[in-house]
Amino acid sequence: MKLAGARILLECLKQEGVDTVFGYPGGTVINIYDELYSFPDIRHILPRHEQAGVHAADGYARASGKVGVAIATSGPGATNTVTGIATAYMDSIPLVVITGQVPTALIGNDAFQEVDIIGITRPCTKHNFLVQNVKDLAGIVKKAFYIARTGRPGPVLIDLPKDVQVAVAEFRYPEQVDLRGYKPTIEGHPKQIEKAAAMLLAAKKPVIYAGGGTILGNASTELRELAETLHAPVTTTLMALGAFPEDSPLSLGLLGMHGTYYANMAVTNCDLLMAVGARFDDRVTGKIAAFAPHAKIIHIDVDPTSIKKNVRVDLPIVGMVNEVLAHLLKVIEDRGDAVEVFRKAAKPWLAEIDGWKAKHPMAFAESSKVIKPQAVIRKLRELSQPDAIIATDVGQHQMWTAQYFSFTRPRTLLSSGGLGTMGYGLPAAMGAQAAFPDRQVIAVCGDGGFQMNLQEIATLVQNRLPVKICIMNNNYLGMVRQWQELFFNKRYSQTVLDLPIDFVKLAEAFGATGFVASKPSEVEETIRRGFAAPGPVIMEFKIAREEKVLPMVPAGASLNEMVLAS
Amino acid sequence: MRHTIAVLVENEFGVLSRVAGLFSGRGFNIDSLSVAPTNDEAMSRMTIVTRGDEQILEQITKHLNKLIDIIKVIDFTDETAIEREMALIKVTAEDAARAEVLRIVDIFRAKVIDTTPKSFTVEVTGAPSKIDAILDLLRPLGLKELVRTGPVAIGRGAKGWKG
Ligand SMILES: Cc1ncc(C[n+]2csc(CCOP(=O)(O)OP(=O)(O)O)c2C)c(N)n1
Ligand SMILES: [Mg+2]
Repeated sequence: MKLAGARILLECLKQEGVDTVFGYPGGTVINIYDELYSFPDIRHILPRHEQAGVHAADGYARASGKVGVAIATSGPGATNTVTGIATAYMDSIPLVVITGQVPTALIGNDAFQEVDIIGITRPCTKHNFLVQNVKDLAGIVKKAFYIARTGRPGPVLIDLPKDVQVAVAEFRYPEQVDLRGYKPTIEGHPKQIEKAAAMLLAAKKPVIYAGGGTILGNASTELRELAETLHAPVTTTLMALGAFPEDSPLSLGLLGMHGTYYANMAVTNCDLLMAVGARFDDRVTGKIAAFAPHAKIIHIDVDPTSIKKNVRVDLPIVGMVNEVLAHLLKVIEDRGDAVEVFRKAAKPWLAEIDGWKAKHPMAFAESSKVIKPQAVIRKLRELSQPDAIIATDVGQHQMWTAQYFSFTRPRTLLSSGGLGTMGYGLPAAMGAQAAFPDRQVIAVCGDGGFQMNLQEIATLVQNRLPVKICIMNNNYLGMVRQWQELFFNKRYSQTVLDLPIDFVKLAEAFGATGFVASKPSEVEETIRRGFAAPGPVIMEFKIAREEKVLPMVPAGASLNEMVLAS
Repeated sequence: MRHTIAVLVENEFGVLSRVAGLFSGRGFNIDSLSVAPTNDEAMSRMTIVTRGDEQILEQITKHLNKLIDIIKVIDFTDETAIEREMALIKVTAEDAARAEVLRIVDIFRAKVIDTTPKSFTVEVTGAPSKIDAILDLLRPLGLKELVRTGPVAIGRGAKGWKG
């Protein structure tokens, strides 16, 4: 049967099992929107800004593990997606973003709403396609989904000119993808895995450093089994929180700039560091020369370019992290007595770590006068459901969430780690809620970041997405203020947001519900009422304005040079 | 360290800018880049001359391999490849200098492909070092214009890459 390009696109989405798309109409995608009437199984959510649409698709993808899909029109619609795409790219999130384009005959003519989105997104997509002929469309969509979700995942953009949407072609969705230049490695090299097992078992002070790849690669089960078999402590990056249960005695929590004292001490003193799906980001390593100075390093990653990018590596293993960890575990289990010997040898190491944990646990000065943000985060954990999904913006509140929420399940923290995009939290929560209508979804926002995408409350209300928004209101661009306090002599240039916004009224203006807590005694009640209220809710917490995120490793310092909470 | 890298790519829209963008975006050097279709019209072959230490070279080849449209990457580090480059050189040639230019052209087995009473245009092919050498000799006589293709490279021996 011959179909028009717009129809073919939607048939392809159906074939891919897409149930939700986040999109915004416009002149060059109007054909797609018209065809949408014939696809009742595809839920279309209309955000109020294309950036938010892409963040929502990203939140949907992070929470569900499926590919997120977003649509935007050409020109300004397309450029509005760029921050969302770059955010997904930096955190390796699988997305397919479809942009309209001016008709092929006009490309290059500075036509109305023409922009070279292929050129603009080349460095922030895993790959992108300009569809020049409707005959290629189905094959390109198939490839786009395949590329987005396999290997190291990432966003793929399809630019679809208007005339291609109108042109007709025979529709057949290809069953297989043939990309001779793209063959991601699945299994790790068996010899390398044998060597890794030997190195691990010979270590006396091992640490497993888990990155976002353990979540993206669905490896948290394998990670836990390996750590528990060996009694090896695990520290996670921001992107990996939830990959290893933080209530386990083997958990060291977060490492790096705002990591725990004990995680950073363990990494600095370990004799073997096994990095899994991590990329040695500068926020994690601090001063590279002083990072894990005594350790042999094993690095497992699906992306060979991550390996030896920033640090020397003694043993690289390229492959899917879940496959490699499962294989490694098997090799280790086959050496029954060696495991016993290893556990004994590592006992003093675990005792040393317990010493660090006792010396400087994650703690803050509690208060009965002002609301401490850390206390709010702890209360949120206590009162939320165990499988609640938390999305954050970027700033102090993000770090307090990472430090104090205690994540125990994968895909329950959605946060922009690589790009650090303010305004991510609310739309990401929206996407997660669309993926899981029955789970509790909480957006923890800064008062600054919230204002970058607050228009999405309208989308929440309209689509009955009952996201619970917590605004940690310090009336500051708090994280920048913290740097100004510590490194710029308290000169708070342009970080004071001093406008007393009435967030309750704001919620009500959109048809949502608002609550506010101004003193510590009101925190619990506010959270309870917020969680109990139907539909989207804003809970504003007027927090201690100049609270800092600690511990902190100043940029460029080594991990053991932490500024600790007094 | 100077490296010559050969890259087989899909003849897809924008593939050259993907490669160029990779080098500029990651701060890698390109000394020269040449590209043309292969025997298989679905593919092109690029020859890229770059510089960097071992770690950077490893990153360059890994990143090239990561691009979806790149089919194969070979880093010719050792003596396993033959490199050839062509240059067209327009050199001032009047009076006694005309004979001097012709002598140099002869020594380098180059060719004069255009001539006027005031100039010769010379075509020379060879390893990049040979081009450098003839240029060193012609430069004092007055170079009017120079264009070099940048080297192309092929492996020694009977084995070949398809494409
Ligand atoms: C889009 C964007 N612009 C600027 C920044 C730089 N930045 C990082 S944290 C921060 C302050 C965020 O303030 P707020 O949202 O109120 O959170 P807080 O740190 O106060 O918790 C800023 C401006 C950023 N990360 N993203
Ligand atoms: Mg703030």
